[in-house]
Amino acid sequence: MFTFTLRRLLIAIPTLLIISLVIFLLLEAAPGDPLGEVPLTVPPEVKAKMREALGLNSAWYVRYLLWLKQFFWVEPVHLWDALFGTSYGEGMQRVISFQSRQPVMQIIAERLPQTLIVVGLAYVVGVLIALPIGIISAYRQYSWFDNIGTFISMIGFSVPTFFTGVVLIIVFAVKLHWFPSVYDTTLQVTDWASFKAQIRQMVMPVTVLALYNAAQISRFMRASMLDNLGQDYVRTARAKGLTEKVVVLIHVLRNSLIPVVTVIALGVPTIFGGAIITEQVFKVNGLGQQLILSIHANDMPMVMTLTFIFAILIVLFNLVADLLYGILDPRIRYD
Amino acid sequence: MTETDKASAAAQPSGASLSYRPPRSQWWDVWDQFKTHKGALIGLTIFVLILAAIVIGPMLWTIEPTYVDLRARNKGFSMAHPFGTDQLGRDILARMMAGGKVSISVGMTAMALSILLGTTIGVLAGYFKHLEGPLMRMTDLFLALPLLPLLLLMVTLFRDPLSKSFGPEGGIFLLIVSAIGATSWMQTARIVRGEVLGLKEREFVLAARSIGTPSRRMITRHILPNVLSPIMVSATLGIASAIITESALSFLGLGFPPDFPTWGRLLFDAVDQMQLYPSRVILPGVAISLTVLSVNYIGDGLRDALDPRIRGR
Repeated sequence: MFTFTLRRLLIAIPTLLIISLVIFLLLEAAPGDPLGEVPLTVPPEVKAKMREALGLNSAWYVRYLLWLKQFFWVEPVHLWDALFGTSYGEGMQRVISFQSRQPVMQIIAERLPQTLIVVGLAYVVGVLIALPIGIISAYRQYSWFDNIGTFISMIGFSVPTFFTGVVLIIVFAVKLHWFPSVYDTTLQVTDWASFKAQIRQMVMPVTVLALYNAAQISRFMRASMLDNLGQDYVRTARAKGLTEKVVVLIHVLRNSLIPVVTVIALGVPTIFGGAIITEQVFKVNGLGQQLILSIHANDMPMVMTLTFIFAILIVLFNLVADLLYGILDPRIRYD
Repeated sequence: MTETDKASAAAQPSGASLSYRPPRSQWWDVWDQFKTHKGALIGLTIFVLILAAIVIGPMLWTIEPTYVDLRARNKGFSMAHPFGTDQLGRDILARMMAGGKVSISVGMTAMALSILLGTTIGVLAGYFKHLEGPLMRMTDLFLALPLLPLLLLMVTLFRDPLSKSFGPEGGIFLLIVSAIGATSWMQTARIVRGEVLGLKEREFVLAARSIGTPSRRMITRHILPNVLSPIMVSATLGIASAIITESALSFLGLGFPPDFPTWGRLLFDAVDQMQLYPSRVILPGVAISLTVLSVNYIGDGLRDALDPRIRGR
């Protein structure tokens, strides 16, 4: 297990390097000009100075290596400084956003909580809905509950999240005035009233994402339960007189959760992708919205860093899923 | 005909039909199984209806989707405009049909590209041992890419140069189709490789090889027909996901230009006025959802129908 983990971690390094190179070259090949927004009245020599200040004059590989250094060395040092009040990072050049001239990581740190609260909560809610639905529909296969569950989960992953979001806004915000349609991120939770306001504005984005996630996970849960319900050990457990509750909820459930847990782990990075759309619908100023803004503004350092963070998440959670599988299922041995 | 002949003819079926059935192709069996899946049948009907509305509809409903009639702005449902008109007085029914044409053709073309890529890579990786390592590493690498951000990037960055060289519509179409195709082939490649690895060990492949079949014909005659069913299933599901991806791109404002409607773009344009005219959001949204839902049900039915273990039960 240890050697497997080590090997996977070692493979992850070149994978991430290649991915970062791919993203960088894609940005490089693009004809977009970060100075495109600068007014035409600015004289060319000033523009040349601006280009130099942004570091656009050096060759691409120099900038790529510089970015690597900044991302993997300078930014962690600054994080260390911020956490422990030291000042090792002074004078080191951080990754700076073209658009706002702020360090990219600072913007990300400001926006991360919104994304994590909305997206993370939606995923947890989605999983909590999906598991019981999956269990019941497998236990009562082809019953009315199963048929309705199948239909709803089919709708869940066929209807795009931007449409469910807009429909929820029309029904609950425009017609019924139950929830606000725009997520207000300036809201500070200080007392009971502001806490209630925070909950109210989170209901709709969380519902949209949770429904989408629950649709997929409940399918996996059902399939996995069905696989296990027909196994011999279930018959044995029933034959020795265990109650139905113990058989299903302990024996079968624990075994069928193994693949589901890995699916849940694999799904974590994709929900950040889904959040891009949901944040746009509900105007949550999280990471996804920042990505869209930066893409429109040709803010290359920001886009590069954000996309790369998404890539790290994917590689990391792939690894977590593999390891979880090995830990949970004693039949799987990686050595 | 004598009495005995008739009697024997009548008696024959009961005894003989068990052992003899007229030869019929495998596809009739598949269709028979497909028909038992109610959801798939309804899905197929709806999908055919939508296709018909998009292909035949514009011939019957001849208002141009780009025709601006400023005197008939923001009209509700009426006989002249069954779905009403938008803020420039363009007929929404005509725009929906034009949009559906683009959305579905993007879905189909992107699916074809992704299946072509996925099948080629999967077959090569499964059949040729020395190609397996590099090709599968590449697949893993693609699976680790953050796809939606990259798609957004590709579309924004290459929109202008491609529109210049291929025209605004052709350029975007080409860009979106190739971007979606290039980022969605990995699952197909993995499935096909798995199937090919299993097929390679079967006796009929050994037999074919022992009479000296060259690799090229081996793949086209023996391997490909046998991996057809998983490919068909993932092709169907591929249409659905390509349509969703295209409309998501359009919804984020990074798809087709405004005067070139697709369902996603119509939805995006209508979001600003959803308080006043909710129907303009609902119509394209329902169209996308219905299409994707029906395609997903067809895929579900196909998966059951093409699985010989389920078929005939």
